[in-house]
Amino acid sequence: MIKAVMMLNTQGKPRLAKFYDYMPVEKQQELIRGVFSVLCSRPENVSNFLEIDSLFGPFSRLVYKHYATLYFVLVFDGSENELAMLDLIQVLVETLDKCFSNVCELDIVFNYSKMHAVLDEIVFGGQVLETSSAEVIKAVEEISKLEAASNSISLVPKSVSGWRGR
Amino acid sequence: MEQLKTIGRELAMGSQGGFGQSKEFLDLVKSIGEARSKAEEDRIVLSEIDILKRRLLEPDIPKRKMKEYIIRLVYIEMLGHDASFGYIHAVKMTHDDNLLLKRTGYLAVTLFLNEDHDLIILIVNTIQKDLRSDNYLVVCAALNAICRLINEETIPAVLPQVVELLNHQKEAVRKKAIMALHRFHRKSPSSVSHLITNFRKRLCDNDPGVMGATLCPLFDLISEDVNSYKDLVSSFVSILKQVTERRLPKSYDYHQMPAPFIQIKLLKIMALLGSGDKNASEIMSMVLGDLFRKCDSSTNIGNAILYECIRCISCILPNPKLLEAAADAISKFLKSDSHNLKYMGIDGLGRLIKISPDIAEQHQLAVIDCLEDPDDTLKRKTFELLYKMTKSSNVEVIVDRMIDYMISINDNHYKTEIASRCVELAEQFAPSNQWFIQIMNKVFEHAGDLVNIKVAHNLMRLIAEGFGEDDDDADSKLRLSAVESYLQLISEPKLPSLFLQVISWVLGEYGTADGKYSASYISGKLCDVADAYSSDETVKGYAVSALMKIYAFEIASGRKVDVLPECQSLIEELLASHSTDLQQRAYELQALLALDARAVESILPLDASCEDIEVDKDLSFLNGYIQQAIESGAQPYISERERSGMFETTDYHPQDHHEVPSHALRFEAYELPKPSGPPQASNELVPVPEPSYYSESHQPISTSLVSERESSEIKLRLDGVKQKWGRPSYQSTTSASSTTQQAGTPTHSDAGVGSSSSKPRSSYEPKKPEIDPEKQRLAASLFGGSSSRTDKKSSSGGHKPAKGTVNKPAAVPKENQTPVQPPPDLLDLGEPTDTTVTAMDPFKELEGLMDSSSQDGGSSDVMGLYSDAAPVTTTTSVDSLLSELSDSSKGNPRTYQSQTSKGPNTKEALEKDALVRQMGVNPTSQNPTLFKDLLG
Repeated sequence: MIKAVMMLNTQGKPRLAKFYDYMPVEKQQELIRGVFSVLCSRPENVSNFLEIDSLFGPFSRLVYKHYATLYFVLVFDGSENELAMLDLIQVLVETLDKCFSNVCELDIVFNYSKMHAVLDEIVFGGQVLETSSAEVIKAVEEISKLEAASNSISLVPKSVSGWRGR
Repeated sequence: MEQLKTIGRELAMGSQGGFGQSKEFLDLVKSIGEARSKAEEDRIVLSEIDILKRRLLEPDIPKRKMKEYIIRLVYIEMLGHDASFGYIHAVKMTHDDNLLLKRTGYLAVTLFLNEDHDLIILIVNTIQKDLRSDNYLVVCAALNAICRLINEETIPAVLPQVVELLNHQKEAVRKKAIMALHRFHRKSPSSVSHLITNFRKRLCDNDPGVMGATLCPLFDLISEDVNSYKDLVSSFVSILKQVTERRLPKSYDYHQMPAPFIQIKLLKIMALLGSGDKNASEIMSMVLGDLFRKCDSSTNIGNAILYECIRCISCILPNPKLLEAAADAISKFLKSDSHNLKYMGIDGLGRLIKISPDIAEQHQLAVIDCLEDPDDTLKRKTFELLYKMTKSSNVEVIVDRMIDYMISINDNHYKTEIASRCVELAEQFAPSNQWFIQIMNKVFEHAGDLVNIKVAHNLMRLIAEGFGEDDDDADSKLRLSAVESYLQLISEPKLPSLFLQVISWVLGEYGTADGKYSASYISGKLCDVADAYSSDETVKGYAVSALMKIYAFEIASGRKVDVLPECQSLIEELLASHSTDLQQRAYELQALLALDARAVESILPLDASCEDIEVDKDLSFLNGYIQQAIESGAQPYISERERSGMFETTDYHPQDHHEVPSHALRFEAYELPKPSGPPQASNELVPVPEPSYYSESHQPISTSLVSERESSEIKLRLDGVKQKWGRPSYQSTTSASSTTQQAGTPTHSDAGVGSSSSKPRSSYEPKKPEIDPEKQRLAASLFGGSSSRTDKKSSSGGHKPAKGTVNKPAAVPKENQTPVQPPPDLLDLGEPTDTTVTAMDPFKELEGLMDSSSQDGGSSDVMGLYSDAAPVTTTTSVDSLLSELSDSSKGNPRTYQSQTSKGPNTKEALEKDALVRQMGVNPTSQNPTLFKDLLG
């Protein structure tokens, strides 16, 4: 099972962090810092794998990939295959690249909900759900189309007192 | 700076692109991006929190604004600040009809809330409604939220709807519904236990994606209970076959590989199903062979599948052809330049080595390269491999390497792990007791306080008990060497506390036993320790107790005790200590000094640390008192468990009929109780024993005796019920196999992997002349080369021939029984299939294996497999093995030095291992080989 997906920039700032088991905010921060300190101490041209049971408990492993200013990180347990997880990062990045045409760090920050929509299509409740970036994009586009349609309605400012009253 | 500029530029582009966010948010992100310190960032975020708090209080916030606020809340929480003041707004947003807002709301609550949060109650109703929505995107969003927000109590509220969604027309919904059920299963297996057939059904879904999703829960279910899913083996195999034959739609391809993630999941499941199952393994072997042929090792994902095949092959019953293919794949991995592949190669090697121990031979240099690689991950993996392939012939090299590495790293977590591994290997394979104590000293010195306290206790016990033979001379030699080494070390500065405890204990117990060191010398040292580590009360306690023992032994042996002035002052200091423990020890010591020899001897007899102290746990001596009390009208004692048990069965009986625990909220209108589910069934069973008992024995519970019997009876019945309604077949087999395992294999803690890999293996001469001699030497010593080690087998001469004659007849028929099976599965004592084997003495079995492998090797294909690798050495080793065996069977004791090649080594290793296994590996119990060398 996948335990966490993280995107950190090279300064250690989290750009996206999703934990598939609940963690209190402080614990999340601690883990993010821990992961980053391990990552930045890794030399170049070494393997993309890390055994990280000190942070995430026994048998947990981490696969990371470094793209430009971002680290993509997957943390998972013994029931996943490291090489496959590396490819899952590839799927994620490919998908984002297609979504945002040449994805960069800023896209990720400003499209928080879309990022999560993409991620939710790929990883669902800690399990790999879809690995074809074309399928993911199709699903995400369907969502955005509907959202765009509904967005145009909500653009009209209106009183929400009735809504608040619920 | 450069980066900031690019960020700025990208920001400008971003705002042009119009992400739908306000300038404010862009500014926030920008300023956080430009923050130079954590403090600055915190300041920015805190002011943002203030702004948001104020804004959220404003009336009539437009929805679009609200959505942005929520995103901003999520953002600040990701940066590590508390956004709980806005949670309620996120919850409200999930109620919205607008899909965009609803999704944002769900996203925020899944990130904010945990499943036990109070606000969840407000969402459950929305989720229920959304699950029934016509818009499948709404359904998907709700399913997504379910995975994070639903806990055991709320599962029943949504379960029926999720089950209905399993038949939804959209495959995306079906997929997610499966995953949600999987999640429920993980959270509370009992809640969905009646739905397991649904998983099986979905395996045959028309959509391959849904089928692939079903594999996830099935993997979990199968790893919990293999036997109930054996019938699916052929289905899985045929699915895998279809996938590899590209029968799935093209859209499932990834990098030209057909549905690789499904293949990997299938292989994982097959590994579970095939382990120890001959039938299943045979069905699988075809498709596995195909996979090896078809797999494209040029892509990452292709290699992922190859690795998964290797894993699968290492789990199922060994098949020579497949093993060969796996070995080929591993060598490709190891030869690759990619660190990732090397890592996988080392991992695969570690798995295969259990089955065919000599596979590491051909890769020894690659392994050593990995050991010296700058990549820490790879290094650690390699140490793991070395740990698995440790045997008595290479333990010294490996443990030395491990300790060097242990000293060099700062990562306490891994340091602890590698230290415990060193200890384990040393306990298991130590060639001599001096070496063992040396290693333990090093471990304690460098990883001292990280080591589990049990290790220290084990070491003390080992020194106390010796190795179980009635050889007092050897024991005292061992103790003397320990005492000597500790006296040397004791003056080193800053020793870890745990190590000092061991030192103090050993010095106290055995410091003066040999007569070599005087009591005043030892007690002086102990006082120094107590002085130097005055802040460590445990060490001081140990030191004082040690002093007490030394003086006691002196008094008991009739010598006059003169307490050193520094001891005297130490005692006086401790008499006034704040620690009551230290105070008591000091008073005891003072009192003891005033006693006569006979009294002292009965208090602290010499060398009695191993004597059992009998503790009357039943407190039977109180029986008379209790009887008296009961007769005078006191209530008999009822144990706590029983009290609570009675409470439950009597008081909560009516409520128990619902699936939901009594205190849980009900989300449904009152309706008929659900017909299914084991909780209900077990509820019916639980109360049964009680009334039946009362009706059977019409006795009032007046005496404690009766109530005791009653409690045991109820307990027994409950256990029976549990087993009956759990997984009967699974539980019984595991317990059976685990007991056989316990009988056969060493019961040493954590010895599992290590001991299984420590089984016999033949060793070959490394033959790659053009390599760096340094490395070659290392390789030779690791992989059983001759240079570093001469055989030590002098004292066991009288031991061995007898063994040979005894076991020869037992071994021969066994070879006939299982002629085709390659060695390793004979070894797996825990394997449920080898019933005949497990029934036999594991030691004999090993002997049998030795014979069969040597005789098989001459002719059959098992050895032929490896003959390409090292044809010459194989035959010589087999020859020498054979001659060896014939020699020993004649009862002709001899040393092995005269032998020509590596044969003796193998034989010796086998014998040693066998002996070790027979005697129980734990050196603290009985392990003659462990210290044999020193004793000569």
